[in-house]
Amino acid sequence: MNPQSELKLQMYRTMLRIRRFEEKLVELKARASIPGLLHLYIGEEATATGVCAALLPNDFITSTHRGHGHCIAKGGEISRMMAELFGRITGYCKGKGGSMHIANLELGILGANGIVGAGMPIAGGAGLSIKMRGTDQVVACFFGDGATNQGAFHESLNMAALWKLPVIYICENNQYAISVAQNRSTSIKDVYMRKDAYGIHGCMVDGNDVMAVYEAAQDAARRARNGEGPTLLECKTYRWRGHYEGEADRTYTYRTAEEIEGWKKGCPIERFRKKLLEEKAFVQEDFDRINLEVKQEIEEAIRFAEDSPFPEPEDALKGLYAA
Amino acid sequence: MREITFADALIEALTEEMRHDERVFIMGEDVGRFGMIYLARPQLWEEFGDERVRDTPISENAIVGFALGAAITGMRPVADIMFCDLMAVAMDQIVNQAAKVRYMFGGDIKVPLVIHSSLGGMRCAAAQHSQSLESWFTHVPGLKVAIPSTPSDAKGLLKAAIRDDNPVLFFGHQQLMHMKGPVPEEETLIPFGMADIKREGRDVTVVTYSMMVHKALEAGEELEKQDIHIEVIDLRTLNPWDKKAILKSVEKTGRLLIVHQATTTSGFGAEIAATVAREGFEFLIAPIRRLGGLDVPVPFSPELENFVVPNEQKIIEEVISMVGE
Repeated sequence: MNPQSELKLQMYRTMLRIRRFEEKLVELKARASIPGLLHLYIGEEATATGVCAALLPNDFITSTHRGHGHCIAKGGEISRMMAELFGRITGYCKGKGGSMHIANLELGILGANGIVGAGMPIAGGAGLSIKMRGTDQVVACFFGDGATNQGAFHESLNMAALWKLPVIYICENNQYAISVAQNRSTSIKDVYMRKDAYGIHGCMVDGNDVMAVYEAAQDAARRARNGEGPTLLECKTYRWRGHYEGEADRTYTYRTAEEIEGWKKGCPIERFRKKLLEEKAFVQEDFDRINLEVKQEIEEAIRFAEDSPFPEPEDALKGLYAA
Repeated sequence: MREITFADALIEALTEEMRHDERVFIMGEDVGRFGMIYLARPQLWEEFGDERVRDTPISENAIVGFALGAAITGMRPVADIMFCDLMAVAMDQIVNQAAKVRYMFGGDIKVPLVIHSSLGGMRCAAAQHSQSLESWFTHVPGLKVAIPSTPSDAKGLLKAAIRDDNPVLFFGHQQLMHMKGPVPEEETLIPFGMADIKREGRDVTVVTYSMMVHKALEAGEELEKQDIHIEVIDLRTLNPWDKKAILKSVEKTGRLLIVHQATTTSGFGAEIAATVAREGFEFLIAPIRRLGGLDVPVPFSPELENFVVPNEQKIIEEVISMVGE
């Protein structure tokens, strides 16, 4: 298989791993088998996948409260993520973080974040560190359309632009900040237009077209590595589930069933599978095989999580300060 | 020993640490050629230049957030926030991010970040430039707090803060910047959590920090003329804080007065009082007292500002009243 085809199949697998992981979470949450809050990424998989495919292993990302997809796309192990969501000691944060706070510095994941927009200054600081240390890493900073109205957005883009830092700012515009539609919260329709306020590059892509996202992220990463500074990349997408699991019928207070169904018809994973079949790059058996492998991976992750011990209660007092 | 000012001691600490470790840099408003508002010392910028003495836009939340991002990816930044009042603008990055990332992410990440700031006023700067907000940060597990009173302590504690792998909030007092004091020429690091007995005495333990240490020492001189001998303990750091030194002193004196410039209600004195009441009750021969700032915003007119902040006269009155109980 040539590298380009290999990459495409890898991206299909990544999207499917995110989808199946989260579908399993829906089921687990409905049975109250896992504690805490869940903000699911289902429907938005192409964005994290396309961006992270353009990154190298030692590049950084910052993530959001809706962060499972970013973590998986940046190389997170599903088993350790699952264990974290089960509150087990084998989880990425040893049970101290949960769904909203998965991080792993070895993978370059500087943390999911429960505060909207708060990853943006941290990403900028990682960019500053790259510049001062003289490496050619880049930072991909994920945030939603809601975050673009936080002060942190403005402060960060201004400083990153001023200092030409190697940061890709990826706005995952899923069109709702919890229940408030973008046209009720934001004075412009296309967020990437704010690039002009900072004198930086910016563009908008179909966030459900994984190849379009990948190519835009590659351009942005190349510019960043060349010292040309940050890019504001807007990916238009849509979240299928509620803001959080448990939103239930309240989801229809701010959007219609028809709207959701319309977006489901444009499922990014199905779109990509059909495109790859049309290109005759792969046959259906390739996808069937990946489906099976992903299904097994999820089942193993559940077993791993369920078999893992809970932390001792006194572990709550450990790990606060570095020695 | 040579004597230098508090401001020069801070600059020495930064200079030495920046020479010692190329990962150390400073960023903040007017830290570069202007030499920082309070220190007014451009030497750092002259030696290390724009890259490592980095002027920033007026964006306090991003100053702390960028420093945090740099700290967890291989640098050792000092973020300068001109006045502690301005930390209110950066609270998300201080409280929800810097204080939490290590613990929340499982206890492996190091956060070698110093947030340097100033407090205390007494310069008719009114309600938004004169506060003493140190106790806010002692209420957030994950942060360390240093608040020195002398040039020597300032230098030793700032150097220790820069070498610490945890987020440290370092507060200088705006009125102390020009104060001179002996500072050793040889390298000295002062560990956190070690109080310093600035004056020994047998009658009343006065626990304090920052500028109020000097007010307490002045009060001590006056009280000695009346044969009342106070022991002045300078906490130097509030997290961690030296409980043992206080208990040991109270065991000797039987009386405890806590003095801080910060407003009294929910000030750090409450924490000390509660601890000594629980762990040193049998030593006490009089009720514990707190002398803090009055519970109002800091007013502008010098007549008003002087009224709301503790001073040596108020300390003297409080001590005499305690001894007479």
